Amino acid sequence: MIQMVKDLVSTRDLSGEDIDLILTTASSFKDVLKRDIKKVPALRGKTVVNLFFEPSTRTKTSFELAEKRLSSDVLNFSTLTSSVVKGESLFDTVKTIESYGVDFIVIRHSLSGAPHFIAKNTSASVINAGDGINEHPTQALLDAFTIKEKKNSFQNLTVAIVGDILHSRVAKSNIYCLQRLGAKVRLVGPPTLLPVTVPEGMDVFYNIDEGVKDVDVIMMLRIQMERQGKGFFPSANEYFKYWGLDANRLKHAKQDAIVMHPGPMNRGIEISSDVADSPQAVILEQVTNGLAVRMAVLYLLSGNRK
Amino acid sequence: MTKEFLNKKDIDRILARIAHEIIEMNKGSESLGLVGIQRGGVHLAQRLASKIKAIDEADIPVGSLDIALYRDDIGLRKEHPIVRRTSISFDITDMKIILVDDVLFTGRSIRAAMDALMDLGRPAQIQLAVLIDRGHRELPIRADFVGKNIPTSSTENVEVRLEEDGVEDGVMLHSPK
Repeated sequence: MIQMVKDLVSTRDLSGEDIDLILTTASSFKDVLKRDIKKVPALRGKTVVNLFFEPSTRTKTSFELAEKRLSSDVLNFSTLTSSVVKGESLFDTVKTIESYGVDFIVIRHSLSGAPHFIAKNTSASVINAGDGINEHPTQALLDAFTIKEKKNSFQNLTVAIVGDILHSRVAKSNIYCLQRLGAKVRLVGPPTLLPVTVPEGMDVFYNIDEGVKDVDVIMMLRIQMERQGKGFFPSANEYFKYWGLDANRLKHAKQDAIVMHPGPMNRGIEISSDVADSPQAVILEQVTNGLAVRMAVLYLLSGNRK
Repeated sequence: MTKEFLNKKDIDRILARIAHEIIEMNKGSESLGLVGIQRGGVHLAQRLASKIKAIDEADIPVGSLDIALYRDDIGLRKEHPIVRRTSISFDITDMKIILVDDVLFTGRSIRAAMDALMDLGRPAQIQLAVLIDRGHRELPIRADFVGKNIPTSSTENVEVRLEEDGVEDGVMLHSPK
């Protein structure tokens, strides 16, 4: 049970019941966020440190606001202004922060596995806010929350994950999470950006028109320029021509299909502006839901602490 | 050992009496609102509302309040309480709010409920109605309307069963052997 574990490092660790509990709790928090007083005292006296070793705007602000809405004390730590530039090791950084008596460590790191390593070496609850090309569990949970809000159920639902799946931690966390919930997942992208081995029961499409045909949800991924440069595709223009989601391609999906994107978007590369701003796009709702879902995760994990 | 303290009829009579007392003390039902504490209190609040309607022919708004996020024992328990819905569709500001709960024990839930209510608005008054008062208060809190006082020891457990949850109405007292 999520309430009995210390950390959220991977969506693979979550059972279907865990995910259900997180989503139900998140919908209660979404109600809280609609009130005049959007703050609850649930984590009063707890301390959360946001340890970001990689640039982030939305995930960091989302976590920070979620922590503040729960009345916890928040410490922010980013690499450029910390002792990491002086050569301190990850282990020592964590041990130092732990000495302040923190209850939660929210970590983003460019190395896959860093949150797992930290979780093993601290008594604080560790939440993975994205590690390298491995996982981004709270993104997958907020995506699941958004899908559930729009589609009610995951049964008989087909989700196409489109784009740079190879480098995407969002895709990986989503694949585990959506499959656990019973949705059918398709991977759509150029062969160079798809993983070498594909999990069982998953269809792979190299053509986006076929890939999004009759799907209920299109989950676009960001082309990760910072992890590129190895000639995965010739140019941004060419990528858009063959792989970008525009209004014509969207027509292949079901009429009530929703379009998601974890942000930040590269308009004109993986998604056209008219699709990004269309009524079918739920991209800004994903941001709002992210706050509620992160509050739920912080709240549920805190149950383990004494 | 389990002992039935109240049966369906008893509970019905008690709620009818409390409904009368609420109207008497508030000189009618004007600007009254009932707020049940999740979960048992919500059912009782709804029953009280229909009893008050039968007496005073007034529709009293009913809401439900979840206090999980306002508890003072978060982190002391092994597991977190489930966060249920808070659904109060009316503005509580300047209203006389009657908090409804099934069992009054330490008073800590009521403290949490009052804090939760205050975050939703500024009621003119908060009154408290409970089906059972079992004593052992840890905070200076008392109920305005009490269904039944049951003297208990702190090791005993009072269970309120309501048919809205699919069981027969009843109040049980469980004592360790």
